[in-house]
Amino acid sequence: MSATGITTAHSVVAPTGRTRAIAGAIVIVYALITMIPLLWIVVTSFKTPDDSIAYPPKLLFTPSIEGYCNLFNTRTRQTPEYIAALPPATGQCDQLVRSRNMVIAGPSNVIPRFTNSIIIAFGSTFLAVALGTLTAYGFSRFRVPFANDLLFFILSTRFMPPIAVAIPIYLMYRAIGLTDTKIGMILLYTAVNVSLAVWLLKGFIDEIPREYEEAAMIDGYSRLQAFRKVVLPQAATGIAATAIFCLIFAWNEYAFAVLLTSGEAQTMPPFIPFIIGEGGQDWPAVAAATALFLIPILVFTILLRKHLLRGITFGAVRK
Amino acid sequence: MSDSSARATIADRVAAATPVPVARRIRSLGDRAIAWLFIGPTILLLLAINIFPLIWTVYLSFTNYKANRSAPIRMVGTEHYSSILSDPDIWYSMQATAHFVFWTIVLETVIGFALAWLIDRKFRGHGIWTTIILLPMMLSPAVVGNFWKFLYEPQIGLFNYAVSFLTGVDRSSFQMLGDVALAPWAIVIVDVWMWTPYVMLICLAGLRSIPDHIYEAAEVDRASPWRQFWSITLPMALPFIMLAVLFRGIENFKMFDMVNLLTGGGPGSTTEVASITLKRDAFESWKTGYSSAFAIILFVAVFGLANIYVKALNRVKQR
Repeated sequence: MSATGITTAHSVVAPTGRTRAIAGAIVIVYALITMIPLLWIVVTSFKTPDDSIAYPPKLLFTPSIEGYCNLFNTRTRQTPEYIAALPPATGQCDQLVRSRNMVIAGPSNVIPRFTNSIIIAFGSTFLAVALGTLTAYGFSRFRVPFANDLLFFILSTRFMPPIAVAIPIYLMYRAIGLTDTKIGMILLYTAVNVSLAVWLLKGFIDEIPREYEEAAMIDGYSRLQAFRKVVLPQAATGIAATAIFCLIFAWNEYAFAVLLTSGEAQTMPPFIPFIIGEGGQDWPAVAAATALFLIPILVFTILLRKHLLRGITFGAVRK
Repeated sequence: MSDSSARATIADRVAAATPVPVARRIRSLGDRAIAWLFIGPTILLLLAINIFPLIWTVYLSFTNYKANRSAPIRMVGTEHYSSILSDPDIWYSMQATAHFVFWTIVLETVIGFALAWLIDRKFRGHGIWTTIILLPMMLSPAVVGNFWKFLYEPQIGLFNYAVSFLTGVDRSSFQMLGDVALAPWAIVIVDVWMWTPYVMLICLAGLRSIPDHIYEAAEVDRASPWRQFWSITLPMALPFIMLAVLFRGIENFKMFDMVNLLTGGGPGSTTEVASITLKRDAFESWKTGYSSAFAIILFVAVFGLANIYVKALNRVKQR
């Protein structure tokens, strides 16, 4: 089985065993090299700050959760006398921080930012997929005047440079008080994602034979009932794949987030670069945040692999 | 909603009871209402979040408005447009963009196509390795770009270590992000790392769309493998390669997030691609009117590319 779900056997022209082995070796070497930065993120997240900046880069080291401690807590420097007078440390993080002559001052902003990412990504995905499913069905089943122009218009909104869109959105949101709000970001991401949702879902719904609905309508279903009870269940896989694509886009988005949010609605991508320790970026903490942020995407990518091609080409390439 | 569903139900009941022509007329009436109900909200959302702001940008581009001042707005006509087209900074930024777009496309296409060709040899386990290769492109360019800053650190970074290990060059003798000559290549490297899988995946679909019998016929005619590659493989995969190239072209023309985090346009303005210049003008110098005009120019350029893209996309679809 292939990753993309395509299986066509080349019969007469099947490659020889040697060609195969060489091809395999090259691809595997490439894959391993491209994995190094991702593995390095995970490795760095378990290093102490000293190990992370050691030269030559350390591959063997004693794992530490200090990066994660620093990510979730803010710290303040204290005198050794002050720390000695404190009651015994309650957790591993507490101990680690005290060994650096610091105390935990409170939770950091990472949990609110992570929560924002989740709320905004899921909220905008839900809206984009709901609107997209209806619109895709409309275009797929009804004769809509100027259908091709409208579809092109919907797609073209996706091609605008985000910074160009951000200028008027910034002014508009400032005027109506949506700057740095979750609602504002959800609406914005919905608008960006709905074009992808319409194009992908139209492809999926086009593949469902019309006869199914027609049969249901002859049996007495109304158009809307047929849509709900026949088309939606048939399109479930397509809807799920589309939702994951929208989710990944909203999760990863940076340009709008960095320009339109600063605190209340800030998501993870603009937050992570500002995780700083004493004297510059605290790389183990940055790596810890990066790792936690990327893991959901890795899982989703593996779930999506059969539909990846379709998703990244707006449904242009189907197989 | 409920109103139209009631109407549709009535239409269905009538349809069941009356001869065909009348029934069809009534049902299509209900369908038209449903079609607009399904499509309308998406169009409205896009009008509000994309088109209205776009029109506003066009208006602002003819004014001297500055978003951080409340001075009265004065119309300046096409002054901004003519000064942008003669602004050396803008032309410098377009050169930086062209360098980035050109080299990422060349490298991603060559490496991506080669990888696709190798994977199409169907060695053992090619499915798993394909999925692994695809991972970088799904990740957030901002978050991953931020981490590449760590890999590029001259004293402690893994990239400099690997280069000095392989070539013997002193690791601190070059700074990927700090050197005027190297920084434009540093952003190309990260983009190629992230997006080669994208080109690879589309090329793979192209290679797999070529039917076996063509190769079998070529084999009968004793065409050499070299000849087969140039006369069959490449021409037949070309529409797919074009699709990938155009999509990467549009995306990289708009590039913001990864470059903003890696170099922020520096050193000097060597990596200041169009979106970074736009961000500086719009959100740092607050030249709202001027940057709106630049945004419109960029938008027209991207829209032109998108037009070509959609035409190419339709041609691929017809196959």
